[in-house]
Amino acid sequence: MNRIDKTFQKLKQENRKALIAFITAGDPDFETSFQILKAACQAGVDILELGVPFSDPTSDGPVIEAGSARALKSGMSLSKTFKLAARLRQVVDTPIVLFSYYNLLFKHGLNKVASQMSEVGIDGLLVVDLPPEEAGDLRKELSGSEIHIIRLAAPTTTHARLQMLVDGAGGFLYLITRTGVTGTGGLDYSAIEKHTAEVKALCPLPVCLGFGISTAADAAHLAPMADGLIVGSAFVRIIAGTDDKSQMPMLIAEKVKELRKGMDGEVIGP
Amino acid sequence: MNKEKEKLIGAYPDATGHFGSYGGRYVGETLIASLAELEEAWKSAKNDPEFMTEFRSMLRDYAGRPTPLDYAGRLSDDIGGARIYLKREDCAHTGAHKINNVIGQGLLAKRMGKKKVIAETGAGQHGVATATIAARFGMECKIFMGVEDIRRQAPNVLRMQLLGAEVIPVTAGTSTLKDAMSAALRYWVAEVEETFYIIGTVSGPHPYPEMVRDLQRVIGDEARAQMLKQVCQLPDLLVACVGGGSNAMGLFYPFLDDPCEMVGVEAAGLGLHTQQHAASISGGSPGALHGAMTYLLQSEEGQIHEAWSISAGLDYPGVGPEHALLHDLHRVTYQGITDLEAVEAFQKLCRFEGIIPALESSHALAYAIKEAKKRSADEIILVCLSGRGDKDLTHITEYLQTNKLKS
Repeated sequence: MNRIDKTFQKLKQENRKALIAFITAGDPDFETSFQILKAACQAGVDILELGVPFSDPTSDGPVIEAGSARALKSGMSLSKTFKLAARLRQVVDTPIVLFSYYNLLFKHGLNKVASQMSEVGIDGLLVVDLPPEEAGDLRKELSGSEIHIIRLAAPTTTHARLQMLVDGAGGFLYLITRTGVTGTGGLDYSAIEKHTAEVKALCPLPVCLGFGISTAADAAHLAPMADGLIVGSAFVRIIAGTDDKSQMPMLIAEKVKELRKGMDGEVIGP
Repeated sequence: MNKEKEKLIGAYPDATGHFGSYGGRYVGETLIASLAELEEAWKSAKNDPEFMTEFRSMLRDYAGRPTPLDYAGRLSDDIGGARIYLKREDCAHTGAHKINNVIGQGLLAKRMGKKKVIAETGAGQHGVATATIAARFGMECKIFMGVEDIRRQAPNVLRMQLLGAEVIPVTAGTSTLKDAMSAALRYWVAEVEETFYIIGTVSGPHPYPEMVRDLQRVIGDEARAQMLKQVCQLPDLLVACVGGGSNAMGLFYPFLDDPCEMVGVEAAGLGLHTQQHAASISGGSPGALHGAMTYLLQSEEGQIHEAWSISAGLDYPGVGPEHALLHDLHRVTYQGITDLEAVEAFQKLCRFEGIIPALESSHALAYAIKEAKKRSADEIILVCLSGRGDKDLTHITEYLQTNKLKS
């Protein structure tokens, strides 16, 4: 059974929500990144979204764009991301979702991508700029593997389209909380609650919320609405704001625990 | 195989927005609904005679069309080969072909009830054109422009501001057109309900490549009729510069089923053997960027390279997906022209014809001059003179001084 499915099954039994962390692979460098990812998983991240750095991340805000640039500057690439995931897999059993822009996969060769993902033990693939209409080739390469294609849905996604998105998707649905890029705040909780309920009624997969979630208070408000929360820029901001690399894993782990408390109802938001 | 007989006009894109394996819609989910809305709106507008009549009247009364077809006689005599004709898009309002597209998209924005427009710009010509149409229609306008281009194209920045647009400096990445387009896309994702994104070239996600081509084909439609009327024959060779490739698609499209050779001229910068060029087709490989599958300048690992050209309007690491297809079909040949060759052609047109061309158009001209030498006087080369060069004067003076060339 796919690790993502197993995780959601277990969380459901425990009546808990999934904390999904997005962290860019190789930010700020390969070795520190490994320590950060390991610390995040050990601190209680349920699913890890491992971002492949891209030169032109048009769906991301300035925080993740800068993280991508730091990783690229340190020599990171898709091949090295696979190496990092393989090393991580030796020490943690956390499900890993590869989060990429399509050009990196296309240029690497979809066939190679599929086989390397299976080899290193990656459980899901989310391609942020690949709608299902363009994903035929990728689906073909992944068919027969256990790897899930994770789909995004936006506030602008129509109900008819949502049905289509969910067909052939697996793992969970990544529901974008609002229009815009990653990492900017200003969440309208009641609008999100209404939208999430509509989507949950139509979607057989676990529904997880992402974009703009950064504090324990956000987590406390949003966790009851969905099956999980995705936090990215808040982690990447810690990497950007810390001079001493050796402190980064510990600071990331603290952030994980803070968000976890929010989600588990131990922090009451304002 | 009977490839020659295959009609190209009207054949692409297919119903899903693809030009063969190129084009498509490689964007985040948030934009899908807006692109679908745009596609529907464009389909309905282009089949609405009232809309098209308004478009044509504005092209005539506001943009000053048709632009002339002009025989460059003294230049042709000096070269002593094929005769060179110029399609004078530099004579259009705002000084370049870009106005054709923005009139169309501006009218469409109005039809869709959008009150705000945004655009990316490299050389500033598309930004100026968008600011112009926003002023004419009373719309709020934001133009995204890389800081490096703001430096190179100062007069156009001033123009946009005079026209009431807000110029938003983009400092990410290489601070040029590619980053301006990324910034505009990001802004659009956030403000998608109220904002119309006027893309300036035949790239981006479907329906932009098709829509911009259809709005720019007036260049080729006019030129084809003018050739037949003024010269009583079709040109043997069509030449246009290609950054994103809108003036080239506009000129080429109505001639695609005619027995005319076509060359798209890419910016070879400091040379195709160096990393400093912007020749996505001659020096790149297929990939997906800014919403479309096309040829890109990129590393083996799929990271996008910086493009380089003396001309800000050609300084882009991708190209419109229809050009990618026409290249693969061998219908259009893509050639490189270096910074130096373009500057020489720029100077030559100034001196021989009294026309100051844009540095972008000077690339097309340089290739035409080279090619004319190899051909006889009964052959005709039609060059798209896509814009005028006033905006380039400071930059070109700097270039001549730095390279110790005569002005």
